[in-house]
Amino acid sequence: MEDTIAAIATAPGVGAISIIRVSGHESIEKVNSIFEGKDLMKVPSHTIHYGFIVDGTQKIDEVLVSIMKSPKTFTTEDIVEINCHGGIFTTKKILELLLQKGIRLAEPGEFTKRAFLNGRIDKLKAESVMDIISAKTDAMREMAMNQLTGKVSSFIHNLRQKIVEVLANIEVNIDYPEYEDIEEMTIEMLKPRMEEIETEIKHILHESENGKIIKEGINTAIIGRPNVGKSSLLNKLLEEDKAIVTEIEGTTRDTVEGEILLDGFLLNIIDTAGIRDTNDKVEQIGVEKSRKLIEKADLILYMINQNQPLNDEDIKIIESLENKNHILVVNKTDLQSVIDMSTYEKSHPVVYISALEEKGILELKEKIKELFHLKQIGEKDLTYLTNASNIATLKQALDKIQDVKRGIRENQPIDMIEIDLKKIWDLLGEIIGETYQDELIDQLFSQFCLGK
Amino acid sequence: MNYDIIVVGGGHAGCEACLASARMGNNTLLITGNIKNIADMPCNPSIGGSAKGIVVREIDALGGQMGKNADKAQIQIKMLNYKKGPAIQALRAQADKITYPQEMWKTLSSTSNLTIQEGIVEDLIVENNKIMGIILENGEKIYSKAVVLTTGTYMKADILVGDKRRREGPHGEKPCNYLSENLEKLGFQIKRLKTGTPQRIDKNSIDFSKTKVEYGDSVYHTFSFDDKPTYKIEEQIPCHLIYTNEKTHQIIRDNLHKSSMYGGLDDIKGIGPRYCPSIEDKVVRFSDKERHQLFLEPESLYYDDIYIQGFSTSMPHDIQEQMVHSLEGLEHAKILKYAYAIEYDAIYPTQLKQTLETKLIENLYTAGQINGTSGYEEAACQGLIAGINASLKINGKEPLILKRDDAYIGVLIDDLVTKGIRDPYRLLTSRAEYRLLLRHDNADLRLREYGYQVGLITEEQHLRLLDKKQKIEELKAFLKENKITPTESTNSYLEQIGSSKIQDGMTLYQLLKRPEVTMEHIEHFYPIPYDESIKEQVSIFVKYEGYIVKAQKEAEKMKKLENKMIPTNIDYDKITNIASEARQKLKEVNPTSIGQALRISGVNPADISILMVYLKKEYANANRGI
Repeated sequence: MEDTIAAIATAPGVGAISIIRVSGHESIEKVNSIFEGKDLMKVPSHTIHYGFIVDGTQKIDEVLVSIMKSPKTFTTEDIVEINCHGGIFTTKKILELLLQKGIRLAEPGEFTKRAFLNGRIDKLKAESVMDIISAKTDAMREMAMNQLTGKVSSFIHNLRQKIVEVLANIEVNIDYPEYEDIEEMTIEMLKPRMEEIETEIKHILHESENGKIIKEGINTAIIGRPNVGKSSLLNKLLEEDKAIVTEIEGTTRDTVEGEILLDGFLLNIIDTAGIRDTNDKVEQIGVEKSRKLIEKADLILYMINQNQPLNDEDIKIIESLENKNHILVVNKTDLQSVIDMSTYEKSHPVVYISALEEKGILELKEKIKELFHLKQIGEKDLTYLTNASNIATLKQALDKIQDVKRGIRENQPIDMIEIDLKKIWDLLGEIIGETYQDELIDQLFSQFCLGK
Repeated sequence: MNYDIIVVGGGHAGCEACLASARMGNNTLLITGNIKNIADMPCNPSIGGSAKGIVVREIDALGGQMGKNADKAQIQIKMLNYKKGPAIQALRAQADKITYPQEMWKTLSSTSNLTIQEGIVEDLIVENNKIMGIILENGEKIYSKAVVLTTGTYMKADILVGDKRRREGPHGEKPCNYLSENLEKLGFQIKRLKTGTPQRIDKNSIDFSKTKVEYGDSVYHTFSFDDKPTYKIEEQIPCHLIYTNEKTHQIIRDNLHKSSMYGGLDDIKGIGPRYCPSIEDKVVRFSDKERHQLFLEPESLYYDDIYIQGFSTSMPHDIQEQMVHSLEGLEHAKILKYAYAIEYDAIYPTQLKQTLETKLIENLYTAGQINGTSGYEEAACQGLIAGINASLKINGKEPLILKRDDAYIGVLIDDLVTKGIRDPYRLLTSRAEYRLLLRHDNADLRLREYGYQVGLITEEQHLRLLDKKQKIEELKAFLKENKITPTESTNSYLEQIGSSKIQDGMTLYQLLKRPEVTMEHIEHFYPIPYDESIKEQVSIFVKYEGYIVKAQKEAEKMKKLENKMIPTNIDYDKITNIASEARQKLKEVNPTSIGQALRISGVNPADISILMVYLKKEYANANRGI
């Protein structure tokens, strides 16, 4: 029998309500022991109850408690969910009480792992549940829902079907070579089919790049010399959108410290510490440091001041931005201009702002949306892969397509070419869990973050 | 009388089993219903074919008899898929139905340690779940340390024609009526299967001018690695190709209810082979096809029967007459033997270990159609493995288990014992994951060493193998060490053979990688003083090196899973989260490794992860215990 586990199931710090999920055969009994209102041991399954969480005689919070009995639950075990008032202190206090009662703190992804191991959900769905829970925008949620209901699965399933038809044709030619009535799959016939399969895989990959933007947001770095107004720009962006700024330890990626909601898409501002460090006495930006930031970011906002001439370092960094999504942000339009941007405007997106007078912020946001085609993404049917390992597997499949095409070019026997084609089929199967690979499961669950 | 090993049944499985046993030094008894029918070919007059031809090579590499016997009996031989890649080429021969059994009989009767006796086996002597011997129809008991059952289609055999069912084996032979019931009493699960065979037509009544002639190859082939060709290409006997037509299909549709399988008989339980459907099945299931291919194959040089491959049916005789006469060229054909279907008992092969020993009864082995397969080659290779393993077992040695990347034989046995069967099992190239490694040409390199280890390959054969291996490496090294330079004559030759010019020096190895360049072309630059078989090996390796290496890597991955062992005493009921279907299948098959468990149908990846988590936990607990 598995032990009983508990964790905070909602993203910490966000929202008015937090949920603590408890799963395992002791979950009802243990929650009952800190609950005041009624006897939870006697209530029917799938019901919600009003009451208080108490520590001895002290009331901790006013809560709603959902009782869900095995087996029709997410993990197929008894589950209790405590809806308490949001705020990290109360939530943590209740969790601590449960842990004192002998419940174990769930490992990262353990609820989903139990659901998976108990046969409740397949691999892709398990990953999607994680995505839904951590969704911060509507687009994120919709995309995760699509994976859960099998939209991506069925898309890939259909692609596999197309491949398996070709495979079967080749195999039947091999096993029944004397049957001339069966059409022979030739290299010429294979060519257009491969083109079609390549197009479809590229399509999913392309969509998935967008998917990554939806799911993970756009990692944005604001770079520039000291005192060009980086922190003012950050603050303006934050204020404008009444943005979520989560600074609770360990809840987000190490480098992402500020999040801005831009028409339903997330801008993750990375290295805000660098931006806010106003005590930086060194007059240099540091080309090396900038290079590292540029590498990490999906979008670079490079700030310069209109009233200061560009120095060598500025020019060097701007040149290095060429292959990245970037915007040159010219600040302090309220002051007199000493620079000529016309040569840069030809090869770089440039936006003029005055952080002080709050001018040009809207234009900047429009430029960002334009750069990432966010409008088009927003209107599309969201059928993408969002999981990085799935995308990597799909890229492997794309590599194998190149192998197949090389085989075709070199006029290799079709049964040799088929070896690579079969591999593509296997890889696609791996994504939707139709084939099995050893290390997959361990890796899958270690990727999940705590308590979801 | 006491023997070391008794082999029951003298078909293709039985012959290989008793030969392997006797040759490995065991006092062996072959017991068969009718000595005249030893190594009989009751169905198609051919040996080999796609995948099956490779199995014959594998049998030969291991020291079995089928390849050598087929070489003596063939009247036409060709390499299938000759124009395609080397991985899927396989030999197929028309074998003379008189010569083949005759030659096998010569071999059997001249083998020492081997006694041959007529008799029908109806029961087994079993003590403490261990085989002790057999009991004949007449009550006679014969004792042995091990028994190999190769009963073919003879267990409760029923011949079905139209609405008639007769309890008899092929050729009107006596079936064994009680053996399968007695096996059931011992705890075996029995399955009813069905197969069929088409009509035989008098050669002199066929108008061959209306058919398409199919010749053998114009190059020489042998199945055996040890044989040199002894036949003459110009004396090869052709086959003929004809087609069914709308009239044939109409006759079949009109009389479908008369076919045993379509209502003529209502008590048919046997499941027929998907890969070898009756003509009724073909017409019904592929109703949009205007015609089906039929091959007219000669059965023997010594009599006039022509076998119609593809026309198997269980229609009554009068309808068969109409069907045959509707075929072009066969309007006036004389039917010498009518087609029939045969129903028989087999055991569920998941009751076997990878050695082909039964899980229930120690030292009892089964091979061939009793295990649910179809085909002479499938039977023969199982007989060989069962014979080898029975011998190894009673002599206290480690068994011979071929893996899926060793041989098609390994694929076949693993499929049988892991996946079980629904219908008679036929080997196909597509059943092998690593067919590029399991080629016709390298069966000796893959398997001869095993044959030598068990004692079926002689010192002399083994020395030849070692010599071949060494020469292959020599030639590879030679090709890597020697270069051609971009001289005018070199480049003009390259252009002449449709290849591109070179700018810099190029090793012969690199040159041979070019798809259009053959070893013969290389010989234009340097003499290559090696046998054809050496040149062929090196040529295949150099040309397909990329693909071969890939296949080897995949096979390595699988090996890792094969090496994750599952203890045989595992209690699947203790693993709470496993799906019930998977639990039942795992209990039934009792796989020895995670790799094998993965291949069981009905066991999902999620079940495997749960199983692995369980094993890890148990393993960890065991470690803590220490």
